[in-house]
Amino acid sequence: MSLNQILLVVIPLVIVQLALLFFAVFDLLKQERRVRGGNKAVWALVIVFVNILGPLIYFFFGRDEEHGVEEPAMPLFTSTDAIAQITAGWPKAPADAPPAIQTSGLGKRYGHVAALEGLDLSVPSGSIFGFLGPNGAGKTTTIRLLTGLASPTAGSASVAGVSIAGSDGRLARNIGYLDQDPRFYGWMTGRELLELVGRLYGLSGYELHRRVGDVLEIIGLGSAAERKIGGYSGGMRQRLGIGQAILNRPAVLLLDEPVSSLDPEGRRDVLAIIDGLRGTATVFLSTHILSDVERVCDQVAILNVGHLVVQGPIDELLDRYAQPVFELQPDPQQPGAVDRLASVIRPQPWVKEVQATPDSVRIFVNDPKQAGAALLPLVAKTGVTLARYERARPSLEDVFMHLVERPELKTVPPAEIPVWGLDGRGRR
Amino acid sequence: MNGFRALLGKELREQLRTYRLPVVAIVFLLFGITSPVLARFTKELLDALGAQATGGIQINIPPPTPADAVGQLVKNLSQFGIFIAILLAMGTVSAEKERGTAALILTKPASRLSFLLAKFVAIGINLAVAVVLACAVGYIYTELLFESAALPIGGYVAMAILLWVAIFTYAALTFLGSTLTRSSAAGAGIGFLALIVTGIIAALPTIGQFMPISLINPAANLGIGAPAGMDLLGPSIAALLFIVVPFGLAWLSFRRQEL
Repeated sequence: MSLNQILLVVIPLVIVQLALLFFAVFDLLKQERRVRGGNKAVWALVIVFVNILGPLIYFFFGRDEEHGVEEPAMPLFTSTDAIAQITAGWPKAPADAPPAIQTSGLGKRYGHVAALEGLDLSVPSGSIFGFLGPNGAGKTTTIRLLTGLASPTAGSASVAGVSIAGSDGRLARNIGYLDQDPRFYGWMTGRELLELVGRLYGLSGYELHRRVGDVLEIIGLGSAAERKIGGYSGGMRQRLGIGQAILNRPAVLLLDEPVSSLDPEGRRDVLAIIDGLRGTATVFLSTHILSDVERVCDQVAILNVGHLVVQGPIDELLDRYAQPVFELQPDPQQPGAVDRLASVIRPQPWVKEVQATPDSVRIFVNDPKQAGAALLPLVAKTGVTLARYERARPSLEDVFMHLVERPELKTVPPAEIPVWGLDGRGRR
Repeated sequence: MNGFRALLGKELREQLRTYRLPVVAIVFLLFGITSPVLARFTKELLDALGAQATGGIQINIPPPTPADAVGQLVKNLSQFGIFIAILLAMGTVSAEKERGTAALILTKPASRLSFLLAKFVAIGINLAVAVVLACAVGYIYTELLFESAALPIGGYVAMAILLWVAIFTYAALTFLGSTLTRSSAAGAGIGFLALIVTGIIAALPTIGQFMPISLINPAANLGIGAPAGMDLLGPSIAALLFIVVPFGLAWLSFRRQEL
């Protein structure tokens, strides 16, 4: 074996093997690198000691592509007005458009378990529609059926006039969808994800560039567009999720629990974006956070144990179902005042329920007129002086709690479910 | 096929960005270098070490030939190549289903066939790049290390193609496993099970020649310009069926799956 032969053999072999080894170690030691199992030392040993296959095993199993070091969150700076300005040129549904979502007897069973039964729903075009229900009510199942990700076992539905049963891509072209736990490719940048989604919608060249730019501005991620998604905060991911859902300017936007996992700041940002889309797309928003619904939605439906309980504009629901509530707050420095008030008020025939807190009394009544007339004289009899007397505005939470706690409503046949503005067949 | 081009671009970019394509190519390249080297110098190394290193046992190794180099390359690539193919394919579909990224893509106007085919083709491209690189380097090293080597280009290319087909077969079977399940480990399990079962069947007379792994020896023969040693038409068609049928089954299953 001559020296030349040895060099010919050894040098390239050593160079290639060392290059691979050092590259893997260099990648492992990057500050932003996350590894499966969390222990970089173990992966270093694998790379160094498992001969040729060590780096390969590391690159296949060690690298955690989904998570990088979370960089500082970027709050939304785009105002609702600015969003409305960007979306002004987007196609809008005409005022007399048919319902954006129409379901008829829609049901889904998993074996013997009914996740959803006989859902008759009509979502007016252009509305921001809150789809409420406790966990396990069937909200996600409904949305998965409406997106075509799952197939119904009963009934039918159309979204933006397209049957959910079709598989020709028309449904996908008309909807935008955000999962309750949106997951993306961590190795991609925000811009790359939006570009991929745009290409799937057939966009290219200038139009793709413009759409992606518009969406990045709406979701306020313009300056983070070149960062890897793996390093995005939860709120930024959620906003990116909305971005990919609106890139095709959908007629119907289906958002599954879009704010449930966010901190207050993230919730505020996402709700601002949804609010900014008012009038541009029909937004169908499932959630169990009722205060958010009151903030942005104009129509709601309440689902419980797979059944639709009620549907209608929020104000009408509040008028019809919210129990009138009076709140009394005694002046401080009156020991036992709350108990005295509660004990006097509780036996009254117009009282439904009295809730006493350390510093106030909350009275649910079944006859607000009688209660309004009788309450203050009763207080006067007790000798308690009040710091505050208020007829409280009932909240959607009151309606929700009232309705989902009435089991008889779960079995109301669809035709008898009160649906404001619609006749028994779901027509306006 | 809606979205195929965009999805194939995404798959290839993912393989580059996660370094899977370059790392697989480099590992294959190393096999391309080491195989002729080992074939060429094993005898000299053992002679240099002497009988002491072999525990007093006299080992008679015939002088190395280019056929040994090609045989070593084919053996290494078929063993480690199949292992790497299973690693490549084991999580392609199941991981996307489990993570939820499949739902993200499939609520867009991308057909499920495009989604699967883009992944399948990307795996095929990755393995093709790696096999071509390994065989090219193996060819150069064999020519350099063996003075008498005159490997036929045509036969050597045929060898590379057969190797790719044999390796890709196991990627296809693992791909099917990955589509049927939601777990990468289960996908890999199905791939390794397929490897064991086809390996056992390959030892049987008549039917054994139709197993993909049976293409390895004829490939090595073709690589050195010798006759394949068997009629390759039937086994080649069978190997292609081992690629097409698992993909077809994967599609039939995936189009009905709820994500």
